[in-house]
Amino acid sequence: MDISHDALVAFSKSWGLFYLIGLMIGVLIYTFRPSNRKKFDRAKQSVLDQDDKPWT
Amino acid sequence: MILTLTEAERQIALGISVAVALGGLVLAAAGTQDTMEVHGWLILVFGAICAIVVIRDLWGPEPPRSRLESYYDEPIKAGIIASMAWAVVAMFVGVWVAALLAFPDLTFDGAWASFGRLRPVHTSGVIFGFGGNALIATSLHVVQRTSRARLPDQLSPWFVLVGYNLFCILAASGYLLGVTQSKEYAEAEWYADIWLVIVWVTYFVLYIRTLARRKEPHIYVANWYFMAFILVVAILHIINNLAVPVSLGHAKSYTIWSGVQDAMVQWWYGHNAVAFFLTAGFLGMLYYYLPIRAQRPIFSYRLSILSFWGITFFYMWAGSHHLHYTALPHWVQTLGMTFSVMLLVPSWASAGNALLTLNGAWHRVRDDATLRFMMVAAVFYGISTFEGSFLAIRPVNSLSHYTDWTVGHVHAGALGWVALITFGSFYTLVPSLWKRDTMYSPALVEWHFWLSLAGTLIYIFAMWNSGIIQGLMWRTYTEEGTLAYSFIDSLRAMYPYYIARTLGGLFFLIGAVIGAYNMWRTIRSAPSSAPVEGDVPLSAATAVARG
Ligand code: HEM
Repeated sequence: MDISHDALVAFSKSWGLFYLIGLMIGVLIYTFRPSNRKKFDRAKQSVLDQDDKPWT
Repeated sequence: MILTLTEAERQIALGISVAVALGGLVLAAAGTQDTMEVHGWLILVFGAICAIVVIRDLWGPEPPRSRLESYYDEPIKAGIIASMAWAVVAMFVGVWVAALLAFPDLTFDGAWASFGRLRPVHTSGVIFGFGGNALIATSLHVVQRTSRARLPDQLSPWFVLVGYNLFCILAASGYLLGVTQSKEYAEAEWYADIWLVIVWVTYFVLYIRTLARRKEPHIYVANWYFMAFILVVAILHIINNLAVPVSLGHAKSYTIWSGVQDAMVQWWYGHNAVAFFLTAGFLGMLYYYLPIRAQRPIFSYRLSILSFWGITFFYMWAGSHHLHYTALPHWVQTLGMTFSVMLLVPSWASAGNALLTLNGAWHRVRDDATLRFMMVAAVFYGISTFEGSFLAIRPVNSLSHYTDWTVGHVHAGALGWVALITFGSFYTLVPSLWKRDTMYSPALVEWHFWLSLAGTLIYIFAMWNSGIIQGLMWRTYTEEGTLAYSFIDSLRAMYPYYIARTLGGLFFLIGAVIGAYNMWRTIRSAPSSAPVEGDVPLSAATAVARG
């Protein structure tokens, strides 16, 4: 298999751009999905909960 | 501590200790012509000590089943103690190497005390000894608390902690002996590197197993940062340390990467060590201990998620900013520069998130030095990432590279951010883990805080000054077009700044010693608020648990 420098550069310049933008869209959807709101609110409050025992 | 292991775990622990000791013996036998022999004996002694510690309690009583109703904090306590011990030793060496630059005679004619050998003892000691132990301890604390689950077993956290410290000892002692593979922040040689892989994979598996046992459905964001830290450090360590030893009886090895590729791999490693070792893990601390201490939830949970993905994916591409104006292809340098500048966004998002969390708790920041540690850490995180993005711009780097400006930047990050957030977390953790109401002396926490802050400021201002002066002197031309200053001229100009830097470092060291003393006194003091034996309502449940 012979991969030339130019081929590699072309690949990373195109594919690299697409997957990073795809990732960004995915993250934005996950973060701002209304159905996740309750989960996040709970998470940020729950660390302040002071009972120092594992739940069984 | 051995008594908290089950009998089966004690037997495995003994088996591992003996295996390590035998491994040491093999290394010592194979490396008789080499510095490796010393390390062989060292590993043998280390394994033997572990074996003796285990044997002493091998047939002790089995830990009660009621242990499963509490978190497993013993290795966390040991990790904090180890971290502070490394802090004192490695920061002392730091002050020493700083003094060496102003007073080169301080090597006392010992080869082991030359700058080139002591410097990695300092850098590895603070990054891996102090920082690494702090990360292991706090990550195991945070993952249990936020998952509401106990660690899955008692043995693997000890294996991770003790094994990791063996690696640190091998690394530091090796540098004094002259064992190095000359890769910055990855100087340890192949046998130590292989050992670290085993330890680190166990750490990763332990973390995943604990998360798998979680009772809380959502994984709190601090764990994401810790996971990224553990996973990426494993990848970095393995790829950067692919090397072939000269022979199995020699410590020396040669990397499989060559030329500019080696440089790129090294700084991909080096920069992501900054990103995932010195940033992601400590952000995990920030996102847990800051809300706890301030008693306020994080300002924006969503922002913390966005900055998490921003940091993980931008940092990966930034490493080439360490190689501006080198044989590295120009577009790769530009890529690194661009991503470095973009990194400012998620970095400031984290720093801003932390500071906005404190809105409404500023009176607590004023009164509580522990919270102030964390607040100032967030500020320095903001400063050092701004500075980093700036230094990554190619023309700026042409001035700053090779100068003390880089060193100033490093220490804004390492002292101001990494060390301060660690101290803040420890001052939160120590009373709670050892069940004390407060630290032994709140006044000493204040002293520690102000000494650290003063030390950091003196240090970075000295380095900013000397760095920029250096950079300018090296690029000043006379009218005839020759360089106006010789290198020695620039060195002379550094002299006052090197002394100031030593002084700043000394302040920081004294602060760390005070902190270690304060923690030690807290641990040794009597638990003040412990429930008195028999002062609990006797129900069927407690009767069984005590049984
Ligand atoms: C946005 C974030 C950051 C960026 C873009 C960044 C960028 C840079 C740049 C451009 C250099 C100088 C490279 C050279 O000229 O050789 C550097 C060096 C360094 N930075 Fe940062 N930095 C960031 C954050 C941090 C943080 C938070 C720390 C924490 C300790 C840190 C630690 C270091 C270290 C240890 C070096 C020295 C590397 C060496 O030995 O040459 N950086 N960084």
